[in-house]
Amino acid sequence: MQVTSTVREALVTGNKTVHDVTEDICRQVEGKPTKSWMLGMAVSLAALGIGAYAVLTLLWQGIGVWGLNKTVGWAWDITNFVWWVGIGHAGTLISAILLLFRQKWRMSINRAAEAMTIFAVICAAMFPALHMGRLWLGFYWALPLPNTFGSLWVNFNSPLLWDVFAISTYFTVSLVFWYIGLIPDFASIRDRAKNKISKAVYGALSFGWDGAAKTWSRYESVALILAGLATPLVLSVHTIVSMDFATSVIPGWHTTIFPPYFVAGAIFSGFAMVLTLMLVTRKVFKLEDYITINHIELMNIVIIITGSIVGIAYITEFFIAWYSGVEAEQYAFINRAFGPYWWAYATMMTCNVISPQLFWVKSIRTNIAATFILSIVVNIGMWFERFVIIVTSLHRDFLPSSWAMFYPTFYDVGVYLFTFGLFFTAFLLFAKFFPVINMAEVKSIIKSSSLKEKK
Amino acid sequence: MESNKHFVLGVYEDEDVLLDAVGKVRESGVKIHEVYSPFPVHGLDGALGYKMTRLPKAAFMFGLLGTTLALTMQIGMLGFDWPMIIGGKDFFSIPPFIPVTFELTVLLSALGMVGTFMIVSDLKPYKKPRIFDIRITDDKHVMAIDLAKNKMSKDEIKKIIQGSGASEVNDKDFEE
Repeated sequence: MQVTSTVREALVTGNKTVHDVTEDICRQVEGKPTKSWMLGMAVSLAALGIGAYAVLTLLWQGIGVWGLNKTVGWAWDITNFVWWVGIGHAGTLISAILLLFRQKWRMSINRAAEAMTIFAVICAAMFPALHMGRLWLGFYWALPLPNTFGSLWVNFNSPLLWDVFAISTYFTVSLVFWYIGLIPDFASIRDRAKNKISKAVYGALSFGWDGAAKTWSRYESVALILAGLATPLVLSVHTIVSMDFATSVIPGWHTTIFPPYFVAGAIFSGFAMVLTLMLVTRKVFKLEDYITINHIELMNIVIIITGSIVGIAYITEFFIAWYSGVEAEQYAFINRAFGPYWWAYATMMTCNVISPQLFWVKSIRTNIAATFILSIVVNIGMWFERFVIIVTSLHRDFLPSSWAMFYPTFYDVGVYLFTFGLFFTAFLLFAKFFPVINMAEVKSIIKSSSLKEKK
Repeated sequence: MESNKHFVLGVYEDEDVLLDAVGKVRESGVKIHEVYSPFPVHGLDGALGYKMTRLPKAAFMFGLLGTTLALTMQIGMLGFDWPMIIGGKDFFSIPPFIPVTFELTVLLSALGMVGTFMIVSDLKPYKKPRIFDIRITDDKHVMAIDLAKNKMSKDEIKKIIQGSGASEVNDKDFEE
C-alpha cells in the first residue's frame, strides 16, 4: 500500500473514486463544445488569420518588412523565439524533473503542461525559420544535407546550429513522452465511446492498449528513462539558446552567467504560463478537485524561487560589468538601465524581480485572481527581459555613427500574433479532444488521497 | 496458436486486495495469464514473477549509437570531407561538437527505446486489442486465467479466485 505523510494535504479533493476520475475527465471529451470554448476558438482563429496575412507577406516580400535595420539585426523575432522556448520549459520540468523527484502533485498538471510545451516549441521554431528569409533554402542552411555546393556542410562549431539540433530533439522527445502518457487514457475514451467515429479514432490513437501488467511495468520503466533523458535535455536546450548570445563578442551578451540564468528564467516564465492556462482550464472544465489551491500554491513557490534566481542574475550581471573594468561592457549596462530603453528595463525589473516577491505572502499565493494577474505580469516581464538583452545590447554598437533605435512594424506584431493564434488554437483543440488530466496517473493516487480526506 | 480462448476472470476493486490475491492465487498453483489494470500498480510485476524489463539497456545501446553517429558525422564532415577555416581554429576539436553529440544521443536513445517498447508490447494504431472487461480502462482490476494452461477444473479455479477477495468471478470466451 502507498503511504503518504500525514502532513501533506490530499492531492485530489472531493472524495473522488477511481470511476469519478474517468467520468470527470472524459466528460469534456465526450460532450459538445461549450460556448466559452467556441468563443475562445473564434478569437484564436481570428488572431491566426490576421497573423497568417503577416507571415505570408513576410515570406513574399522578405524580412525587410520587419522593423530591423543594419544595427539592430535581431529584435522581436528572436525575442519571441526565446520567449516561446522558455515557456515550453515548465512542461518538461513538471513532467520529467518532478517525476524524478517523485513529486505526486505533478500528476494533475503534467498533461496540459506538456501540451503547452509542444505548442510553445512549435511557435518558437517559427521565428528562426522565418528569420532566415528564404524558408525554402532553410533546410540546406540548418541541416547537414548533401548539397551541390561541395557538399559544403553546416558549421558544427556554431551555437545557431546547436540550437537546430537542441530544439528539434527537444520537440521530438517531448512529443514522444507526451504521447506515451496519452495512450492509456485514449484507451479509456475508446472503451467508453458510443459512436463509430470516436471508437475508430480513439481506437487508433490508443495503439491497442489493454492495460496488461507486463505492459504497465514496461511503460513505467520507459517513462522513468524518458524523464531521465528529458531532464538534462531541457537544461541543455535553454543553455544552448543562451549560447546564441553568450558565445558572441557583443558586450551585454557574452557573459558566462547566461546558461543558468536563462534556464531559471525559462522555468520562471513557463510556470507563469502554466498557471495562466490551468487557472482558466480548471474553471471552465470544473477541475477544482484535481487542480487544488495546494497545486497553485506549489507552482507559485516555484515562481518565487526561479524569479529570485533571475533577480540575482540581473544584479550579478550589473556588478560584473562594473567589476570587469571593461568600458564597453560597463556602457552596455549603463545604457540598458538609463539609456533610451530605460522603460523596457524598468518593466523587466518590476515584473520579474519585484512582483513575484508578493508571493511570499500566503494569502496572495493562494488567491486565484492574484495568481492569474501575476502570472500574466511575469510573462510580460520575461518578454521584456529578452527584448532588453537583445535590442539594448545591439542598438548602440561599436560605431556611434551607426547607433539606431528599433521600431516594430505591423509585421513584427503580426507574426507574434500569428504564434498566439497558433498556440491557443492548438491548446483549445487539445483541451476539447484530449484528456486534459492524466487519468491513469491520477487514479493511482486516488486511494491515498481519499483515505487522507476521511481522516 | 494454443487454444487460449476460454478464460476465467477475477474482478478486483482495490489494488491492495489485488496484490494479495495475486500471491494467494499463485500459491494455490493456478497459473495467471495476465492481470489488467486501469493504472500502474506498484509491486504487481514482482508479485506476478515478471523479470525486470531490459528496456533501459536498449535505451543505453541506442544512446551509444547516437553518440557514435554524431561524432562520426561531425568529424567526418568538418575534419575530412570539407575542412573549413573558421577563425583559424582546428578543423575539428571535440568541445564544440559536444552539444550536437549530446542532442543526438538523447534523440536516438529516446526514439530507440520507445520504438522497442512499442514493438515488444505490440502497440500499434491498427491493433484490435483483446478486451477482457470493458471496465479495465475505467476502475476495475482484472485477473485473467487461461483454462487451457491450467490442469485444475473451472470450478476449482473459480473457488480459489472467489476466496482471494474478488468482487466478481466471470467467464470470458473469445471466438477468433
